[in-house]
Amino acid sequence: MLIIPCPWCGERDESEFSYGGPARPLPSLDADAAAWRRALYSCDNPMGWREELWFHGFGCRQWVVVRRHTVSQKIVDGRPPENPS
Amino acid sequence: MAHYSFLHLTAAALGLGPRSGPVFGGAVPRRRYDVAIIGGGGHGLATAHYLAREHGVSDIVVIEKGWLGGGNTGRNTTIVRADYLLPGNLEFFGHALSMWPDLSRDLNFNVMFSPRGYLDLAHSDAQLDLFIRRANMLSLKGIQARIVDPQTLRDLEPALDIGPKPPVPVLGGLVQAGAGTARHDAVAWGYARSAHRQGVDIVQNCEVTGLKLEHEHIVGVETSRGMIETDTVVVSVAGHSSRLAAMAGIDLPIETYAVQAFVSEPLKPVLNRVTNMNIGLAYVSQTDKGEIVMGGSLEPLASYAQRGSVVRIGETASRLVHLLPFLSRVRLMRAWGGIADVTADGSAIVGPTPVGGLYLNAGWGYSGFKATPAAGWCLAHTVATGEVHPLIRPLGLERFTTGALLDEGGAGPYTWLH
Repeated sequence: MLIIPCPWCGERDESEFSYGGPARPLPSLDADAAAWRRALYSCDNPMGWREELWFHGFGCRQWVVVRRHTVSQKIVDGRPPENPS
Repeated sequence: MAHYSFLHLTAAALGLGPRSGPVFGGAVPRRRYDVAIIGGGGHGLATAHYLAREHGVSDIVVIEKGWLGGGNTGRNTTIVRADYLLPGNLEFFGHALSMWPDLSRDLNFNVMFSPRGYLDLAHSDAQLDLFIRRANMLSLKGIQARIVDPQTLRDLEPALDIGPKPPVPVLGGLVQAGAGTARHDAVAWGYARSAHRQGVDIVQNCEVTGLKLEHEHIVGVETSRGMIETDTVVVSVAGHSSRLAAMAGIDLPIETYAVQAFVSEPLKPVLNRVTNMNIGLAYVSQTDKGEIVMGGSLEPLASYAQRGSVVRIGETASRLVHLLPFLSRVRLMRAWGGIADVTADGSAIVGPTPVGGLYLNAGWGYSGFKATPAAGWCLAHTVATGEVHPLIRPLGLERFTTGALLDEGGAGPYTWLH
């Protein structure tokens, strides 16, 4: 079981959250097709640390941004997203 | 090297012939090869085998970071089936299924293909409608599939709890008679042995650290055992596809996820077919030794760890207990995980890349094992002739630019939903 640091509730079990994918900024609405293709389909897929979104559905019902290591599964730096989804 | 036959086995059993020694030794990579295949799993070895046998290209090295078949080839649930819906996947997997029955004879190695049948259960009207549509699509392409009602299901699989008041509703199912299971390790070993007999070098414990490019064309592979010059490279590395492609500057629409499977203690024969449950997802089959092999959906978070959360094992097991109540009293022996490369539309990416001489065989998610013979066959054709094999044309990387996606699940560009 992963322990996820929620900025509002503290460290809570993974089972209270749902996964929201990597935190990736969307391009502006007037961006060209290539930029949208990159935004939709490209994946960083790092073997190491990455930022991602989790939704604390069985807790405070807020989106949180964390940094997670994709090999060790360590999760650190829980914080509120800049633009709440 | 001995050709395996009844005579050979009998002689060996009576101590008359030479004892079976190692099938191949640890090759030391030479300086230059016509083709370098990265990844010594089923797919990479099959590509080497068909390149050598069908196209006369045998100056090949297969480079494996760990040991043969130690990645997803040895970590799957050994299921072979072809119940896809979309044109593109439909023809490809249909062809893959048609290659399995003859594979043992073809390789002179027993891959223990067991066409015991595959059963996909429908639990709602919508699911049944989808399965009927899928069975019709399959039948139109000459791929075997039929729809059965709950009464027939009871006769086919008496162990399933689909009685008058079942714990989960079962409205029917799709049965594919020619599908089944195969011995996954034997597939890697059989292809490796056959490729080696045709002069292919297989180098284990050798990690690729870089791809060397000149003017957007491959000229070599940097490995932990030195530089190998080549102008053709096939990347067939499952979960690490993104990292290998990044070495050539290619940005793949792929994320890596762990998938888990687990196995029970051996039981007497109770399950006839490979059975797939579709409330959530859980698939179950019984091995020849009697163990019940169970698996579920992807771990829902990107991961390079070849293991998963025990929470997910619990979820899959709790689904299966509703279908097979006796499982609640059965002990689990082992659980394991592998890492799967999942594309943004859930279908594989096979074929050439924007980099000259670099071919990709990736994005199989958790449907790679059953594709092994056909992926190797089509890719060997593509590499040897320079013409993309018709069966893998719909699976090209360019579909993420043209928009001709193959989204079987209709889940959109979210890798973790496929």
